[in-house]
Parts: sequence; C-alpha cells; structure tokens
Amino acid sequence: MLLKFFLTCNKIGAFTLGGGYAMIPIMEREYVDKNHWLSREEFMDIMVVAQTTPGIFSIDIASHIGYKLRGVWGGIVGALGIALPSIIAILLIAIFFHNFKDNVYVEKFFRGVRPAVVALIAAPCFKMARTAHITWATSWIPVVSCLLIAALGVSPIWIILVAGVGGYAYGRMKKEGAPKP
Amino acid sequence: MLFLKLFYVFSKIGIFNFGGGYAMLSLIYSETVVKSHWLSNAEFTDIVAISQSTPGPIGINAATYVGYTSVINAGYPAWAAVLGAVLASLSIMWLSFILMICISHYLLTHKDAPWVKNVFAALRPAIIGLIAAAALLLMNKENFGTPSASLLLFVLSIALCIAVFFATLRYKVNPILALLVCGIIGLLVY
Repeated sequence: MLLKFFLTCNKIGAFTLGGGYAMIPIMEREYVDKNHWLSREEFMDIMVVAQTTPGIFSIDIASHIGYKLRGVWGGIVGALGIALPSIIAILLIAIFFHNFKDNVYVEKFFRGVRPAVVALIAAPCFKMARTAHITWATSWIPVVSCLLIAALGVSPIWIILVAGVGGYAYGRMKKEGAPKP
Repeated sequence: MLFLKLFYVFSKIGIFNFGGGYAMLSLIYSETVVKSHWLSNAEFTDIVAISQSTPGPIGINAATYVGYTSVINAGYPAWAAVLGAVLASLSIMWLSFILMICISHYLLTHKDAPWVKNVFAALRPAIIGLIAAAALLLMNKENFGTPSASLLLFVLSIALCIAVFFATLRYKVNPILALLVCGIIGLLVY
C-alpha cells in the first residue's frame, strides 16, 4: 500500500502544472475519491494546516496522509513522492535542455494551460462548500474571506487566525448557552 | 563550504516561507542572488520561467535548479551539481516536514476534542474563501491576455477557463486530461 501511495504522489507531483492550489482537484480525486485515504472533511482540514504552516503546500498534505497511513516513514514516502518527479525533471532540463524555456512550443503549450489552472483552482471551491455545509446563512464566511484577500490584500494568515479563534469562541458560547440539565 | 551554505540557506527558506510558491521565489531570490551571489539575475529569471513550466511544486523546482546552477557556477563538475540540487531540495523540505508530522500527530490523536472540531468547522468555510481568492488573483493579463492585445485569444482563454471549470465540477473530467487538452489547444492556436 505504501508503494501505491508513493506512486500516487508521483503522479500528483508529475502532472500538476501551476503550483500548489492547482493540485487540489487532482489530490482530491486521488486521495479522497479513488483511494479513500482520508475523508473530504479531513482533506479540507489538512489543507488549512498546510496553508498556515510554513513549507510547501502539496508536500505538507502528502506528509500528513503518509503519516496517517504508516507513521513517520509514510510521511517521508509521501513527501519524497511528490518531490521526486520535480527534481528529476528539473535536473534533466538543467543538464540537457537548457533551452527548454525558450522553446516556442513550450511557451504555446503553457499559454493554453494557464486559464485552465485558474479554473482548476476555482472549481473545487463549490464541492468544498458542500462538504463544509455552507448554507445561505453561512456563505458570508467564504465570500468575505475571499474579498478581504483578493480585493483588500489582507494576509490569509489573519483570516485563518480570526476564523480559528471565532470558531473556538463560538463553540464555547454555544456550550455555555445550552440549558442546564 | 558551498554545500554547507546551500543546506543552511535552503533550510532557512523552507521554514520561513508563509505565502506559498511565489512568495518562496522572492525569498529564494533575496537569499541566493542578492545575499550569496550564487547566480545572476538572468539565471534567476530563467528559474522563474522554468519553475512555472515544469510540473510539481514551485519551491522544489526552484530549489533543485538553484542547487544545480550554483554548484556549476562555483566550478564543480556536473555530478557534484546534481548532489547540490538534491541537497537544496531536501533542505527546503526537512524542517517543515518535522513540523507537519508533529501537527499531524496531534490532530490525529485529538480529532475528537470539541475545541479542535469547533476550530476546524469555522476554518473550512474560510479556506474556501482563501482558495477562491487565489483563483481570483490569477485572473490577470499574464494568464488571460488582454482584449486590446488580441480579442480572440482573450475570449478563447476565458472560454477555456469556463470549459475546464464546468468539465471538472459537473462532468467529473480528469483534471490532468483537461490540462493536457488545453496545452494542446495552446500549441495549435498561439
């Protein structure tokens, strides 16, 4: 099973173009839907952690899943699984194909890919909204967070801190407001 | 010794990076070009272009390339540069890996604690906002072109975006396939 996990991480690392967030739909498909290594809620939770902690988003997620599956070695397998295709590809380019980036075909290919990357980042938001049980009443949370970051340039770390503290405080309030038996 | 410095600099970058791939690139720039002079501005620009055009995490791509190039620039042979590349990549990963494992362990053993549940229940809607913001911020002229430069290509880019959006959301198309198809369209059209 660890081998399958390693190869899956290779696949995710090798086929994502566009960096961290663009990997989300591919990761969701492989980790949650196909292999059931974690639930959709757990996947969202670990994305929060991966985003808040320093370090590379996709590697943090793979490390967590690996750790859940097989402890520290599992974590190492996950992290290296994601990183290995990149390392090999870049070394090949550095050694043999220095002119890779100047190749006109590469440039054309990526001009086509770029709008797709934007869509791949946006699309999972709606599926995640279902998982997070977003209702019309609670939809202000993602909308406000999004606007604060995109339009006002607020750092995402503040959003996470405020939301986390808010969640904790709300939970305490609910508990204290409950009728005593 | 160059290799020791590579280890130190990339370990530092790995643990102080909070903004994701592109923020990491600017950190790498200030450490490896400005402070250490391991590579030139031109070489760094190459790295940015290459990191965005190769699959995988931008941080790893950049670390591998900088590791390789800085060792070559210092006059070592190619095999030593390969070692430098691997060293840089592992260095950027190891500290955040340890941190992540500690957090994972805590979460897995405390996932039923009420406070953990409450905090994450609130964080889930917020992360949706974060990711949506990332998508919105990428809707710029680098990725879509402008109507003045070429209206046809601009409209095509938007059409591709919308198509991929619905294809993956409603029709469960494999995202990897969607990327490849768009790349091929790019080859044909541009």
